[in-house]
Amino acid sequence: MTNSTPAFADGGKTHIGQPMDRVDGASKVTGRAIYAYEHQAEGHIAYGYILGAGIARGRIAAIDTAYAEKVPGVLHIMTHKNAPTQPAFGPAVTPTVRDVFTRARPMLSTDEIRYFDEPVALVVAETFETARGAAGLISVEYASEQGAYDLRGHLASAYAPQRTNAGFETDSLVGDFEAAFAASPVKVDAIYTTPYAHHNPMEPHATLAVWSGDAVTIYTSAQTLANFRAGMASTLQIPAEKVRIVSPFVGGGFGSKLIVHPDTVLAALAARELQRPVKIALTRQQMFANAGHRAKMIQSVRLSADREGRLTGIAHDVCSATSRFEEFCEQTAVFGRSLYAAPNRMTRHRLVKVDTNRGEWMRSPGEAPGMLAFECAMDELAAQIGMDPIELRIRNEPAIDPERNIPFSTRNLVECMQEGARRFGWEKRQARPGSVREGRTLVGLGMAAAIRPNYIGASEARVRIDGRGKVTVQLDMTDIGTGTYTILAQIAASSLGLPVAAIDVQLGDSNFPRTAGSGGSWGAASAGSAVHNACESLKQKIVASAREAVASPFYGLSNNRIDFVNAAIRAGGRSVRLADLMALVAPHGLDAQGAVEAAGDNYRNYSQHSYGAHFVEVAVDMDTAETRIRRMLSVIGAGRILNPKTARSQIIGGMIWGIGAALMEESVLDARHGHFLNHDLAEYHVPVSADVPDLNVIFLGEADPNANVLGSKGIGELGVCGAGAAIANAIFNATGARIRAFPVTLDKILPALPVHASLADGS
Amino acid sequence: MKPFTYQRALDAGDALAGVAAGRNAKFISGGTNLLDLMKLEIEQPAHLVDINRLPLDRIEDTGQGGLRIGAQVRNSTLAADPRIRSGYQVLAQALLSGASGQIRNKASTGGNLLQRTRCYYFYDRNMPCNKREPGSGCAALGGFNRMHAILGSSNACIAVHPSDMAVAMSVLDATVETTDIDGTARQIHIGDLHRLPGSTPHIETDLRYGEMITAVVLPPAKQGRQLYRKVRDRASYAFALVSVAAVVDMAGDTIAAARFALGGVAAKPWRSPEAEAFLQGKKPSAQVFEKAADAALANALGRGGNDFKIPLAKRTIQQVLAAVSQRG
Ligand SMILES: Cc1cc2nc3c(=O)[nH]c(=O)nc-3n(C[C@H](O)[C@H](O)[C@H](O)COP(=O)(O)OP(=O)(O)OC[C@H]3O[C@@H](n4cnc5c(N)ncnc54)[C@H](O)[C@@H]3O)c2cc1C
Ligand code: SF4
Repeated sequence: MTNSTPAFADGGKTHIGQPMDRVDGASKVTGRAIYAYEHQAEGHIAYGYILGAGIARGRIAAIDTAYAEKVPGVLHIMTHKNAPTQPAFGPAVTPTVRDVFTRARPMLSTDEIRYFDEPVALVVAETFETARGAAGLISVEYASEQGAYDLRGHLASAYAPQRTNAGFETDSLVGDFEAAFAASPVKVDAIYTTPYAHHNPMEPHATLAVWSGDAVTIYTSAQTLANFRAGMASTLQIPAEKVRIVSPFVGGGFGSKLIVHPDTVLAALAARELQRPVKIALTRQQMFANAGHRAKMIQSVRLSADREGRLTGIAHDVCSATSRFEEFCEQTAVFGRSLYAAPNRMTRHRLVKVDTNRGEWMRSPGEAPGMLAFECAMDELAAQIGMDPIELRIRNEPAIDPERNIPFSTRNLVECMQEGARRFGWEKRQARPGSVREGRTLVGLGMAAAIRPNYIGASEARVRIDGRGKVTVQLDMTDIGTGTYTILAQIAASSLGLPVAAIDVQLGDSNFPRTAGSGGSWGAASAGSAVHNACESLKQKIVASAREAVASPFYGLSNNRIDFVNAAIRAGGRSVRLADLMALVAPHGLDAQGAVEAAGDNYRNYSQHSYGAHFVEVAVDMDTAETRIRRMLSVIGAGRILNPKTARSQIIGGMIWGIGAALMEESVLDARHGHFLNHDLAEYHVPVSADVPDLNVIFLGEADPNANVLGSKGIGELGVCGAGAAIANAIFNATGARIRAFPVTLDKILPALPVHASLADGS
Repeated sequence: MKPFTYQRALDAGDALAGVAAGRNAKFISGGTNLLDLMKLEIEQPAHLVDINRLPLDRIEDTGQGGLRIGAQVRNSTLAADPRIRSGYQVLAQALLSGASGQIRNKASTGGNLLQRTRCYYFYDRNMPCNKREPGSGCAALGGFNRMHAILGSSNACIAVHPSDMAVAMSVLDATVETTDIDGTARQIHIGDLHRLPGSTPHIETDLRYGEMITAVVLPPAKQGRQLYRKVRDRASYAFALVSVAAVVDMAGDTIAAARFALGGVAAKPWRSPEAEAFLQGKKPSAQVFEKAADAALANALGRGGNDFKIPLAKRTIQQVLAAVSQRG
């Protein structure tokens, strides 16, 4: 018998759970990791530059490329007049959830302009500079139409979509919320707004497309290769087998690299046209219109409770902007269906069509904007009844999932809050807002809960051991900066009893077995389980060979348990180095496949989530209202932690997103012209190092046996969930200002601060 | 970006000849602003004269107690200079509050003074903008103008000058030295370098075509406490919403001399002679600072999105004056 104990129970002798450095760290810091735009190809690469529309809605009345064509070095100019035939874009709502990822995304195929900066021409030239220069010589005349850009101004046209992102029900209803709310002695009725936001990964979207006959290889920056492959096959109208996607390193994605964008489609079209490799990158400015965003939302949260803080009703109504031509409904209120107990509950999602590009999945779709609002409302309720916000949440801790009526798999939200309170010094918090002052600074503490659904997606992996014991793991998974290379090596090494250095993990090539990719925080569980299962299957093959080969020291051995430990295999008192054994029994090596299926009974029968509690101390300048974070702690319950070091990076990255969402991130859409104004990193503010002081993460040790064979749960998005609300709650505690329009910039706090008269006699 | 020719000048004569040859040449120093603008085709010079090799990279004593800062002195070098750090802290603080370490390593003294506004609409060629395209209109009026001017603006343009360094130089009463295209040198008080928009927002400075900044001269260090306070949306790497540079000299418990300049509020660093005159001889108090701030902001005008800058500027002035006018 082989040692097939589930990985989550394999005790101390494992690489899983070790805070290992990234295996790809050295190649990244030495520049050997190749990113999308750095790939080279045989043959002379041509460079493309995309010209974007100067209006947000209308038609191209005339486009004149004559001057641009004459520029020496220009090879080709593609516009709607000469672009290759592509399938029509199709309806705003796809027949299935899955089709969103695979649908054709034609470019330059009509004269219609659907959003500002939509590609209207592609210039391909010998150099990038030539292409960009020539693009400036193209003149476009537009027949402009009045578009709708302002969410608030068009609320009357709100409609209920068929479903939300990820296929959740649009609405949920339990009991009679309105009656409970009307009858309640205590209520919160608050409207929050969350702004447009952009992912802004460090690495811009970029593609090198290389054709060979009727097949194309696409070097790009992708989170999910299968989506890219299917999307390109649909757009180019060729079989999926003719499309190869290569994306070994990804400089951040955050959900903006789940589907193809103009760089990929246009590079492939142009390369086929020119019979030459073509490279295209979006500029940072172009990414704001052409690489997804989080839509603006208006959220109403209503809570009713008794005087002891027991919720009698919860209602979360979300109205979000959506693109007119392609619907995206972020599942903003869905998390609340599992968070707190209350007999009467209601969640609703509504959409308003605007003339922008489609919103996309942005780190923690749903929870990021939804918890920003909802966890502030909980704080408002706590303040209203004079109860500690942790105690309020504990009082409303559900025994089972309150809307699905099934048990939770593992749930340790209360422990997260209690452990965090203890470590953070929560008892020092003054409940009365504005009561802690240091010189001209107001200091406040805030907290919020975090919840994020746990998923798993169908994935396969291949593992090969050669005749000298060297192991190669292959799958089309991606490492988007999360540490996937590292944890997969740890998982394989643990299963095979080898050192991590003996494992060569190869990712990011659609020729490898298909996985669910990086997205939805399910990468580690999905790809990790597939790798684990492939390794278990490989071990069986090794054992079989060891028993069957006459030359083997284990020849004929039966019934004995065979262990893979310390780079050796051990049975019946004998131990042989795996490398030596392989040379004897399978000199040509062995390989095995492993797979994991999409969410099954464990997900139907258990409500699965990861949890956390965020604690924040802020300092607000009494004169200028500048808010700075002093310290932040997140306590996380997310199943078994595969690598505390890479996991911590994921959580602090999420916390920093929380800082951004609470204090500064906002893409400003000009309501007259329909374009994102602050479309570069000087004007779109994300937190910089000085905004991110003392961040601390604690993981509660726990394995969730229902989640997957590893016992792990998703962590990539959890850190964001609720983090911003904890900050806004701390600002309230510091100043008494309850700002419901995010981000909480100083101009919004300023009117709530005392006028300056006491200054000279102050500090 | 439009194609352009490029020349590396080795001395001033070389550089001036380079710009004299055509009507559409530009100097390039660190390039941290000009190159961005060229990529977006907001600036479209036909010829670039690289002045980085000119021997203008020293900070010298003037002989009269002041300092002459060469136009090519980098922002980071200037901020680190011991003479600046001891006698002109307000300038060192202003420099270090600007941009990022990498940008300050490239940014030059001359280039910093002549950097252009960060108005979003100025940066987007699809938008009307009188500064970029005279007569086309101003998209910031009635648009998103949170970053825009509350003082000295016009209905043609409400942009602000983004430099922090210039605000500190303004409170220090610096003088800008230039060489004109024909070789004549002139001196311009920092307050006269930048223009208010009026009806010609595309004319931003008093400099003529081809006139090169060679140095900035600081007068002898001023008596008193100095402070640069920059209020911004994040802790670093953001332009000022409002900034205040102040130098206040106390005689016992009264203000002997007070100078302050505002940044982020106008198309130039903003001084208020009325407010400064008012402060002179006064004993520091909340009321005095409030009156001084009110005097400085008497003509302030919000444009919607930037209305908050008026109370913000007031409160920041009060905070800074209180900090620099403490006894002792
Ligand atoms: C992301 C970002 C953030 C920033 N944040 C800040 C900030 O917070 N605060 C701040 O103050 N600044 C900030 N800056 C602006 C920065 O300070 C300027 O870009 C820099 O100072 C310009 O100097 P330079 O030498 O690179 O100028 P260049 O880009 O080389 O030139 C700028 C202009 O000056 C002209 N010029 C240059 N030298 C001379 C000369 N000697 N004589 C005549 N003309 C000359 C050029 O022709 C050009 O028109 C930021 C810039 C960026 C990109
Ligand atoms: S404020 Fe000035 S720079 Fe901005 S759009 Fe108006 S005219 Fe142009």
